[in-house]
Amino acid sequence: MNKIKRTNDFVVRFANVNGSGSASANNLFAKVVYRLGVPVSPKNVFPSNIQGLPTWYEVRVNDHGYIGRRGGADFIVAVNGQTLREDYQMVEPGGYFLYDSTRPLPDSFVRDDITVIDIPLTQLCNDAFSDNRLRQLMKNIIYIGSLAYLLDIGLEPMVDSVQRQFAKKPKLADPNVKAIEIGYHYARDHHPDSCALSIRPSERVGRQILIDGNSAAALGALYAGATVAGWYPITPSTSVIEAFERYASRYRREPETGNKKYAVVQAEDELAAIGIAIGGGWNGARSFTATSGPGISLMAEFLGLAYFAEIPVVLIDVQRSGPSTGMPTRTQQSDLLACAYASHGDTRNVLLLPADPTECFTMTADAFDLADRLQTPVIVMSDLDLGMNDHLCDPLEWQDERRYDRGKVLRGVDLDRLKKWGRYLDIDRDGICYRTLPGAHPEKGAYVTRGTSHNEYAAYTEESAAYERGMKRLLNKWETARCLVPLPERTIRDEQGRIGVIYYGSSTPATCEAIDQLEASGVRLNSMRIKAFPFRKEVFDFIDRHESVFIVEQNRDAQMRILLAGECQVAPGKLVPVINFNGLPITARMITNQIHTTLLACGQACLADRSPSPEKRS
Amino acid sequence: MSYTRPGFRHPESQKNRLGLTRKAYEGSISTLCAGCGHDSIVSAIITTVFEMSIEPHRIVKLSGIGCSSKTPAYFLNRAHGFNSVHGRMPSVATGANMANRDLIYLGVSGDGDTASIGMGQFAHVVRRNLNMIYICMNNGCYGLTKGQDSATADKGSQTRKGDPVALESIDLCEMAIQLGAGFVARGFSGDKKQLVPMLKAAIAHKGLAFVDVISPCVTFNNAPTSTKSYSWVREHMEVTNTFDFIPLRQEITTEYDHGTTIPVILHDGSIINLCKREDKEVITSRKEAINALEQAKGNRQILTGILYVNPASNDFHDINNTVKTPLNELGEADLCPGNTALQAFNESLR
Repeated sequence: MNKIKRTNDFVVRFANVNGSGSASANNLFAKVVYRLGVPVSPKNVFPSNIQGLPTWYEVRVNDHGYIGRRGGADFIVAVNGQTLREDYQMVEPGGYFLYDSTRPLPDSFVRDDITVIDIPLTQLCNDAFSDNRLRQLMKNIIYIGSLAYLLDIGLEPMVDSVQRQFAKKPKLADPNVKAIEIGYHYARDHHPDSCALSIRPSERVGRQILIDGNSAAALGALYAGATVAGWYPITPSTSVIEAFERYASRYRREPETGNKKYAVVQAEDELAAIGIAIGGGWNGARSFTATSGPGISLMAEFLGLAYFAEIPVVLIDVQRSGPSTGMPTRTQQSDLLACAYASHGDTRNVLLLPADPTECFTMTADAFDLADRLQTPVIVMSDLDLGMNDHLCDPLEWQDERRYDRGKVLRGVDLDRLKKWGRYLDIDRDGICYRTLPGAHPEKGAYVTRGTSHNEYAAYTEESAAYERGMKRLLNKWETARCLVPLPERTIRDEQGRIGVIYYGSSTPATCEAIDQLEASGVRLNSMRIKAFPFRKEVFDFIDRHESVFIVEQNRDAQMRILLAGECQVAPGKLVPVINFNGLPITARMITNQIHTTLLACGQACLADRSPSPEKRS
Repeated sequence: MSYTRPGFRHPESQKNRLGLTRKAYEGSISTLCAGCGHDSIVSAIITTVFEMSIEPHRIVKLSGIGCSSKTPAYFLNRAHGFNSVHGRMPSVATGANMANRDLIYLGVSGDGDTASIGMGQFAHVVRRNLNMIYICMNNGCYGLTKGQDSATADKGSQTRKGDPVALESIDLCEMAIQLGAGFVARGFSGDKKQLVPMLKAAIAHKGLAFVDVISPCVTFNNAPTSTKSYSWVREHMEVTNTFDFIPLRQEITTEYDHGTTIPVILHDGSIINLCKREDKEVITSRKEAINALEQAKGNRQILTGILYVNPASNDFHDINNTVKTPLNELGEADLCPGNTALQAFNESLR
């Protein structure tokens, strides 16, 4: 048998039961790899359930820094009886299968192309611990200890990490250290030469941090000065507001009184959550909410009001698999169209498309400036993979000299100087008008904000001409927004190249890896990462200069492709979908295979005329 | 019907403590039906804030959708208004109040807005005890869509089509008391003498003050048997293609003593019995307040007055422990922890 022999380049997959305490053990493993300086990408594949159903945790170790999901598993730790057979079959040929041998494998488990590593986890745990809860929890730590030996990590980095984790609770550290040692020693004594995968300390990680997107977005909101958050819990966005509240509680309390310089309101539903955020934004506080697809559906009516009445508000949409309840704990990029045009009538919303937690931080902070400046909703389009999984990314940075851009707000003194003011007068010809805040002036600047048609002085009107003027001005503002949103990132690998790739958000790491893979096989593609909607002019130019452009995304209907075709007035056949919508993060293999297949099937010359259906491509 | 307001005001118009005349508290001309009870409530609101000498611009007026929700345009031109979406005024009020605790928040809603589409928001803004005055202009029907029954229409009363209302009505005052409101009152649009002091007490209350005002719809609370009904008038009109004809009506007004009951004849000829609570009688027991409401209902009476008060009410900012400075006045120095803290945070992840 040819064992897989690799250093710092493999995938370990843990198969557990949800609610068994495995997450922290598996996370400990990823953290140790990170601390050894080796790029690592952990992903939680979990059910929409509290306890009992199968859950997986996949850790990709890759010294090249590819941190997208690779697909396949070289080493599987199988401690869930429900999925034992499935996990066994899933090991890549030459790979490794570690299982709890307290119960032997059935005779029907017959593969001679993998290495089976039997460790009696339950037995070892029961022998070492008398407390029932510890017996449950430490089983997970024991297999982490075994990995420390089998992957050549060594005992010390593991023990060190455990002690750091429980620095404030030494009583909890002791059983964890004991369990690590039990696993390590058992593997050393019984499987001394079984595994050819190894981890060696590396410099590759550098100053990068390991953080999830939701925490980073929460910090972005904190640093941007958000003070009002209205929210309703929904997976996978819940931890955004929970983290915001945690950080705000730490950093935003008045020293003398302990009083809060923020208000987090858990609303009765998403309708109220966005209403609270809009009320706060209207009254001059930086306000936001976080939600997911079903919440976006409920918030749509209010988003239309905020767009039409021109109220700044920020939404963080952590997308999951739809439609309807879909797969609540699986990832997708399928809210794109729903958010871009959320609400009835002619509505357009500014979208920001972060690709990693660092951008979740910066783009969330920028979203508040944009919302204030443009006086409109701005939606940060994260997703479950980005939001709830840890990602290796650049450290978070804040320029202390940065000042919040509160946009065109007239204060009392400004109003004193003005003879005549109209809420919706386009003085600067950029589509953005001057607003006032309640209580600002005893006589001037008051108006009624409304979702009904209004003239330049905010008075209700059904006069067609006034309505049309207002709607056209909003389009003018949209053009201003186009100049303010982040530029796309362009990489030209072949000046004469006729084929391009467009991607965005959490599809980024896998797409970058796929582009490298394709180049290694002789296919050089120019690429562009889109960071915002409205699309910058550079996006139109990129599409124009190529005969065909692959659009990589994670939804069934190729929503970005639809958006590009409509907004850029491109013949849809020129844009070729590369999609994944199985609820798991897209992999480099999927992208490479789809592009390869298309190129082989059509030939590069005919790409411009064909757009194979998604079914044929998945 | 007037569509402009004359600019003339008597030079010796009464002024309040701020030196402002009533004019400073007025709004645009009403576009509601002539004689609408909602206009009487608007007048009562203007009188209230004028007499309390509140700076008009320190009030924020918010509403949802419906006849009642149009009214904030008709008072306090110097105050900012927010005409939001149907039934969702309370959430906007919550966000606005969180942003600036120093202003007075006056929410106006209707029975369709509050008791149906906005029932969830109504319930939860009461639970939050947001510091606001919540006025429900309650006429038991949907005026803007031509008179469908609302959830507060009394069981057995005749609908627009002449059928008796089959479902139980929702008593918003009883609900508000059960949900924990610290101030609950019920008034009648035509009884300004009672309504104005009631609104003054509501404004003075800290926390959510709910005021349900019975305000008969002049146009749609009509039975077909009534010769004053919309359908009867339409059938007997010579110019039948004037679909939107609204008969002019006189506003119903009344005045009577505390502790007494009077019958009030509505536009369609039906009668409601208003029973005015003794003004010195302030109930601080939720149980007793609900008993009083139920007892009146059993006697086919509508109990008016301040029904329940909790003098020790804490508002949502107290509960949240918010700083005294309005959140919308805090700047970078108050809000941003700075890059040093962020670098320490980065380190904590390593």
